[in-house]
Amino acid sequence: MSQIGSFALLLALALTAYSFLAGILALAREGPGSARLGETARRAGIASFVIVFLAAAVLVTAAFQDNFSIAYIFHHSNRDLPAPYKFAVLWSGQEGSLLFWSLLLSAYGLVLRLRYKTDPRLFAHASIIIAAVQVFFLLLLNFAAHPFAIMQGSLPADGSGLNPLLQYPEMVIHPPMLYLGYVGFTVPFAFALAALIMRYPGEKWIHITRRWTMVTWGLLTCGIFLGMHWAYSVLGWGGYWGWDPVENASFLPWLTGTAFLHSVMMQEKRGMLKTWNMWLIFSTFMLSIFGTFLTRSGVVSSVHAFAQSSIGDWFVAFLAIIFVTCLFFYGKNRSHLLSEHKLESLVSRESSFLFNNLLLLVACFTVLWGTLFPVLSEWVQGTKVTVGPPFFNRVNIPVALLLLLLTALGPLLAWRRTSTESLKRNFRVPALGALAVAAGLIAFGMRPWKDVAYFYSLMTITLAVMVALTVISEFVRGGRVISRHTGQNLLASMVQLTRRNTRRYGGYIVHFGVIVVVIGFAGSAFNQDKEQEMGFGDKLTIGSYTLVCQSYTQDDNPNYGSEWAVMNVFKGGKQIATLNPERRFYKASQQTSTMPSIRSTVSNDLYIVYEGQNPDTGRPILRAHLNPLVMWIWVGVWIMIVGTVVAMIPNTVPVRVMAPVRVQPAPVGAGD
Amino acid sequence: MTAASKRTLRTVLLGMAIPMLMGAGDQAARFNDLGHRMMCVCSCNQILLECNHVGCTYSDRMRAELVAAVDRGDNDDLTLQSFVQKYGPPVLAAPTKTGFDRVAWIVPYLALVLGLGLVTFIIRGWRSRPLVLPANAPVAVHGVELDRFRAQARKETES
Repeated sequence: MSQIGSFALLLALALTAYSFLAGILALAREGPGSARLGETARRAGIASFVIVFLAAAVLVTAAFQDNFSIAYIFHHSNRDLPAPYKFAVLWSGQEGSLLFWSLLLSAYGLVLRLRYKTDPRLFAHASIIIAAVQVFFLLLLNFAAHPFAIMQGSLPADGSGLNPLLQYPEMVIHPPMLYLGYVGFTVPFAFALAALIMRYPGEKWIHITRRWTMVTWGLLTCGIFLGMHWAYSVLGWGGYWGWDPVENASFLPWLTGTAFLHSVMMQEKRGMLKTWNMWLIFSTFMLSIFGTFLTRSGVVSSVHAFAQSSIGDWFVAFLAIIFVTCLFFYGKNRSHLLSEHKLESLVSRESSFLFNNLLLLVACFTVLWGTLFPVLSEWVQGTKVTVGPPFFNRVNIPVALLLLLLTALGPLLAWRRTSTESLKRNFRVPALGALAVAAGLIAFGMRPWKDVAYFYSLMTITLAVMVALTVISEFVRGGRVISRHTGQNLLASMVQLTRRNTRRYGGYIVHFGVIVVVIGFAGSAFNQDKEQEMGFGDKLTIGSYTLVCQSYTQDDNPNYGSEWAVMNVFKGGKQIATLNPERRFYKASQQTSTMPSIRSTVSNDLYIVYEGQNPDTGRPILRAHLNPLVMWIWVGVWIMIVGTVVAMIPNTVPVRVMAPVRVQPAPVGAGD
Repeated sequence: MTAASKRTLRTVLLGMAIPMLMGAGDQAARFNDLGHRMMCVCSCNQILLECNHVGCTYSDRMRAELVAAVDRGDNDDLTLQSFVQKYGPPVLAAPTKTGFDRVAWIVPYLALVLGLGLVTFIIRGWRSRPLVLPANAPVAVHGVELDRFRAQARKETES
């Protein structure tokens, strides 16, 4: 079986290399043969998907067959691993996840190559660039991180098992989503570079690129938040984001991708920021490769990182090649990227996008800087320092607050210029509403002067309310106009408004989702936790909840043994729930892990962890966290996803712009 | 700079200064604050008070030492310094504000300031630059015709 996999990988490399070289030759040569050669390159690209799929299928089949002669299967699976996790084996280790990268890239390449009729020449260029990236990953798989390497010595009876932390339902979908996001940025990159190389006339490429970026951005958003939910539900420390280098690695391309999705509108509507957008897409792709490098090179320590290996050098070389290629073609064709319009006023939508981009890029730079500073510090002063949450929170929260302010202001600004009167008129209600909410929160006991975290929390909620009111006022204002013309009720009018300009109003829905998420983040300033030894009948009080330990019980299955506490939860003297925090002992890997039990409500999460037993007393130790507003984060993500989907739906009523009638000037002397 | 701009700038600066001037108060808050400024050194990469490793041999001991330091009334700097001496610089969850570590804090703000400068430069360049139009672009309209189009656009997009 390993021979089939190995052969498939070699064949995929040959096909992809052919697709790359023949594609270049076809574009470089003139004459009747070049079209046929180009077609063979396209078909080789399509065939490479089939072959990489075969390789991935072989690896998954080997996991299901418990084929421990393959070293990768031995290290990441075992006989009693439940079936869904045997699928997850594909991306749970270094070699398998690189194969998965390659599979997704070839799938994206397949879609692109099947849709080539949209613009054959542009798609042919993009196809070559995707093939080049694919060649890199297949070289890695064939020569540096081979997933079908054979076990040395006698055949083991059982595998080492999958990492217990990965044995959670979300781990079956979180990595694929994240990878779809990471890998997906190859497509907009390929189109952008292709457009630059061929000095593509017109703006069609930017429409194609924006759509792909939106899909990819949506998938990456899902991937990041699924990762947060997994961390929250499995890791047992009561939080969802720890500014771990690997988390940061996924956040970096998300930030630049977000910046691109905003600034690309300036290019589409006003023909501005062409160079900027080009480099934003280049940077987003390079950051997704950089993220993959961070995860796999061992250059920074992380709880998520794969085993250290030498493939870091491959990634550094690949990044250097990408950068030099982008720089070369930019230098060669930069005259193609001149702006068609100039900025007319500082108080305009264009300026707001510029500042939005600035803040997103500063946030991106800060995260990158903080992630790499330990390496720099070790290099300069010989001592590795830790750059953890206190640094990232302190530096990024002010930037995030400014971004929120801009999110509130941006929709109120018109393209080209906005009058101060119009801004004041439109901003008055959101500003007053936000101030009223801030005053209300202080009146209800929030004390922002007592702690910097409370101050940030109040600012966040205030600005979030401001954004929400801005978004709502945009919907209401537009809805009223339609309602006046059609006689429909306001709600139906707002739906019609959204359908008429899905991108704009889908974007507002995404903004609304973002503010729901940040309100959830703001709740973390008020987190409480308590740790206690708890025997039968013991009580623990946290916030308005009282936990009473009813009993402890045990269970056993082929994969793991477990023990859990039965905790009755009381509120106001009334029992409202029973929670079962659990500890598991995985037999194959001989590792223990905790499985928190969470009672989630709109106002707070009661989060209980069974930490183990006190070695001195033998009594079980439980830790309770009370985390306010966490549910808002997960709800907000759903709203963001809905907004992204809406933004991708074509407008039902095309927006018609009346072209001005060109009046021919009368010849001099006419009418005389 | 107009009076309104100066007022806005003062408000923004005051807003940024408030968080820096605030600090934690009582013993429990100090323990919580200091415990969140240090890492557990069991290589779990977690904040000291958030380490939940089953059987972690470090976090309990470190928390007990922190409680003792807070009870003794050691100030924050002294407490953190004693942990650095015992467990090494990586015990601190963020770079210090001395020596080379200061660079970690300065650079992000410097990037923000430079970025603001760059954006201002770009905007100025745009506003003073002559317009570059593609060869097949429609002829620009001026005067009464432009005002008419603006009025039409306003009408169609605003109320």
